[in-house]
Amino acid sequence: MNLAKNYLSKYGILIALLVICIILSIATPYFFTAQNLIIVLRQVSINGILAIGVTFVIIAGGIDLSLGSVVALTGVIAASFAHPGMYPVIVPVMLALLSGALIGAINGLTITLGKVAPFIVTLGMMTIARGLALVLSNGRPVTNLSPSFNFIGGGDVLYIPVPILLFVLVILISSVILKYTRIGRYIYAVGGNENAAKASGIRVGRVKLFAYIMCSGLAALAGIVLASRITTGQPNAGIAYELDAIAAVVIGGTSLLGGRGSIAGTVIGVLIIGVINNGLDLLNVSSYYQQIIKGIIIVGAVLLDRKNAR
Amino acid sequence: MDSNFLLSVEGVSKSFPGVKALNNVQLNIEKGKVHALMGENGAGKSTLMKILIGMLQPDSGKMIFKGEQVRFSAVHEAIAAGFSMIHQELLPFPELTVAENIFMGREPVYGWSGWINRKKLYADAKALMNKLGVTISVNRLMKTLSVAEMQMVEIAKAIVNKAEVIIMDEPTSAISGREVDILFNIIHDLKKEGIAIIYISHKMDEIFKIADTISVMRDGEYIGTYPAASLNNQQLINLIVGRELNTVFEKRAANPGAPLLSVQNLCSNNFADITFEVRQGEILGIAGLMGAGRTEIVQAIFGIDNISSGIIKVKGREIKIACPGDAIHNGIGLISEDRKLTGLVLSSSVKHNITLAALKKTSPGIFLDLEKEKKVADDQVRKFNIKTPSSNQVVNYLSGGNQQKVVIAKVLLNDPDIIIFDEPTRGIDIGAKTEIYKMITELAGKGKAIIMISSELIEVLGLSDRILVVRKGRISKELNKEEATQEVIMEYAME
Repeated sequence: MNLAKNYLSKYGILIALLVICIILSIATPYFFTAQNLIIVLRQVSINGILAIGVTFVIIAGGIDLSLGSVVALTGVIAASFAHPGMYPVIVPVMLALLSGALIGAINGLTITLGKVAPFIVTLGMMTIARGLALVLSNGRPVTNLSPSFNFIGGGDVLYIPVPILLFVLVILISSVILKYTRIGRYIYAVGGNENAAKASGIRVGRVKLFAYIMCSGLAALAGIVLASRITTGQPNAGIAYELDAIAAVVIGGTSLLGGRGSIAGTVIGVLIIGVINNGLDLLNVSSYYQQIIKGIIIVGAVLLDRKNAR
Repeated sequence: MDSNFLLSVEGVSKSFPGVKALNNVQLNIEKGKVHALMGENGAGKSTLMKILIGMLQPDSGKMIFKGEQVRFSAVHEAIAAGFSMIHQELLPFPELTVAENIFMGREPVYGWSGWINRKKLYADAKALMNKLGVTISVNRLMKTLSVAEMQMVEIAKAIVNKAEVIIMDEPTSAISGREVDILFNIIHDLKKEGIAIIYISHKMDEIFKIADTISVMRDGEYIGTYPAASLNNQQLINLIVGRELNTVFEKRAANPGAPLLSVQNLCSNNFADITFEVRQGEILGIAGLMGAGRTEIVQAIFGIDNISSGIIKVKGREIKIACPGDAIHNGIGLISEDRKLTGLVLSSSVKHNITLAALKKTSPGIFLDLEKEKKVADDQVRKFNIKTPSSNQVVNYLSGGNQQKVVIAKVLLNDPDIIIFDEPTRGIDIGAKTEIYKMITELAGKGKAIIMISSELIEVLGLSDRILVVRKGRISKELNKEEATQEVIMEYAME
C-alpha cells in the first residue's frame, strides 16, 4: 500500500512534467520540435549537473550553498589556463576539477571534523570562492580561450551538443553510484540516521566527505561547461545557481531532511524548471513574471508531494 | 445512557487504507479508577487513545462523556473537554521553565492586556508541585529535568487543564525504581480527586500494582474488561496473546566455556574501574538504575563512546576499539537501547537496514550484489519471523516488536561471537518479547557470549547466568544466579 503511494508520488512529478509539456505544445507549436527540445536540454545541462551534485549532499543530510561561487571560481581557473597555444585542453579541465574537489574536501572536513553546520560552512565557502574568483581574475572576465576548450560548451558530437552528452554521462554515473555501490547505500544511511549508520560500523565522516567532494567536483564540471559556453571565465557568473539546483532536487522529491531521494527525481525536477523557463520565453512572458511563476511551481510541487506522501 | 461511567466508548471502528485498526471497540471508564488497557503492539490501543484525545476521528461509533455524546475534531477540543494524555515520548518546551511549561496556553494574565502575571504563574506552579509532593524547582529549565521529572510536570499540566481523564501511555518505560513509586503515589492522589486514569503499559507487575480494572484488546478487537483482582499474571497473558504461553523463560543449563570478552579497569567520563568477563555460552546480565552507566559501558566497549583508560580483550587478545567498525570486525555486536535513535534508518527499507552493517561481506567488490543482498535479507526476515509485507517495506511502517527484530537481524548477520543486548524488549509486546528471550537463550546455547542490559528485573533474573549490578558508574556487586533476587539487586542498585 505504501509502496503504491511511493510510486504515485514518484510518477506524480513525471506526470506533472508531461502535463506541462503537453500544455506548452498546444500553446506554442514550436515547443515540441527537435530543435527546441535540444535547446532546452542544452540550457538545463549546467543546472542539471549542479543539481545532481547537490543531490548527493542533500541525501546525506547536508546542504551546499557554495555551488554558484564554485562555478565562477572553477570557470575562471579553467579559462586562465585555456588561452590558445598555452596547454592541451586537459590541463585547464583537470585543474578546475581538482580545485572543485579540493573545495568539496574543505567543506566536508570542516563539517565532519570541525562539527560546524553545513549551512554555515558552505555559506562561508560561497563568499570565499566568489572572492577567490575575483582575486584570480582581477575582477575582469578572462577571455581569448582556445577553440578546443570552447568545444566543451559549444561543440556537437553527432549533432548532439557536448553539454548534453556530459549531463547524460553524469546522470548515468551518479545513478550507478547511488544505486549500485556501497558508498551510495551509505549516503542514504548517513542521511537517514547518522547514529544508526555509525553503530553499523560505517565511517560517517568519510561518507559525508565523499558527498561534498562529488558535489563541488560536479560544480567544477558545470563551471568548465559554462566558461566554455560563454567563451569567458566570468568571476561574476553563477550567482544564485545553487538555488535553482536545490529547487530542482526538492521538486524531484528528495527530502531536505536527508535519507530519501533519487537522481531520476532530480533530473525530472531539472527538466520541469527548464521546460517552464523555455516555454515562458517562447510565450513572451516577461522575465519578471517568470520568476513569480517559477516560485509558485517550486512550492506547489512540494505541496503536492507532501499530500501524496501522507 | 449509563450514568455509572464517566466515559463510555461504544462501537468505535477505525480503518486505515488496507488495515482495520479498530473493529467495534468499547470501553467504559469510571471516575477515580485506574483502568489499564492491555494488548500487544498493533492491538489498537494507540489508535483508540488517539481517538479519545482528538488526534484521529473514528469512522463509526460514539463517545459518551459525562452523559453527553462528544466528538473531538482536534486535540485542543479534547483538552478543553477534560482529557489529557501523557505521551510515551514527552513533548515539552526545553528552553522554558517548569512553571512556563505547566501553564503553557493557560498563563495567568493581567486583565485583558495579555501581559503574563509572572508572580502568580510561579506561585501557582509552586503550589501545584507542593500539592503533588514533588520537589522540583519551578524555575528550572525544562531541558535540565530527567525523564521522570518531566513526567511529573506533564501530570501537573494535566491538572492545570482540569483534566478528568488522564491517559498515560507507557509512563514507566523510561524511568526506574523509586521514580516509579513516586509516580504511583501521585496516581493514588489523582484517584482520590476523582480523576480517571487510562493506563497503558507492557509491564505486568505494574499493572497488578496499580490498576483497578483491566481491558484487553487484540488485533483491533475488544476482548473484555475484568476487575484486576480477578486475574492472575498467566490469565492476563493468555488474554492478551490469545494463546497459551506457558513459560516465558526457558530453563537452561549454563555451561560456560572460555572467556570471549574481558575488560579490565575501563574508565571514562561516565564510569570507572569496570572489570568483568563474559564466557562462551554465558548470559551476563547488567542491572542498575537509569543513568547508572550501564549503556555508557557497553557503548564504550562497542566504540561509540571513548574510554580514557583500560584494556579490552577479545578471546584473550588485547584489541583497540576506536569506532564501531573495529568492534564489529572483532566479532562484537550491539543491539542498542533506542532502536529509533541508533538502531534503524527509519526511512530505508527492511532489506537495506538488515544488510547495512554487512555490505562488505555480501558485496566485497565496488558494486553491490543486489540479488545476493535480497536473498540474505529475505532469509533473515524468515529466520527472525519479521512480519512485513516484503523486505522492500520502509521500516518506519513496522510495529515496534518487528522493528526490534530487524535490528537484531542486522546485528546477527555479521555473526558476532559477543552479542550485547541493551534493553532489547523496551516498548514491545509480550509475544515479541518471548521470541526475543528465546532467541537470546538459543544464541547462548550456540556458544555465543551474551551481555544483556535491562531495566526489567524479571528479565535480568530470568535470563542471566550471572548479574553485574552497576551503581553510579561502578560495579557495586556481582551476583550469581542462585543468590540473585529482585530485592538483592535493588539493594545494590539504589544510591
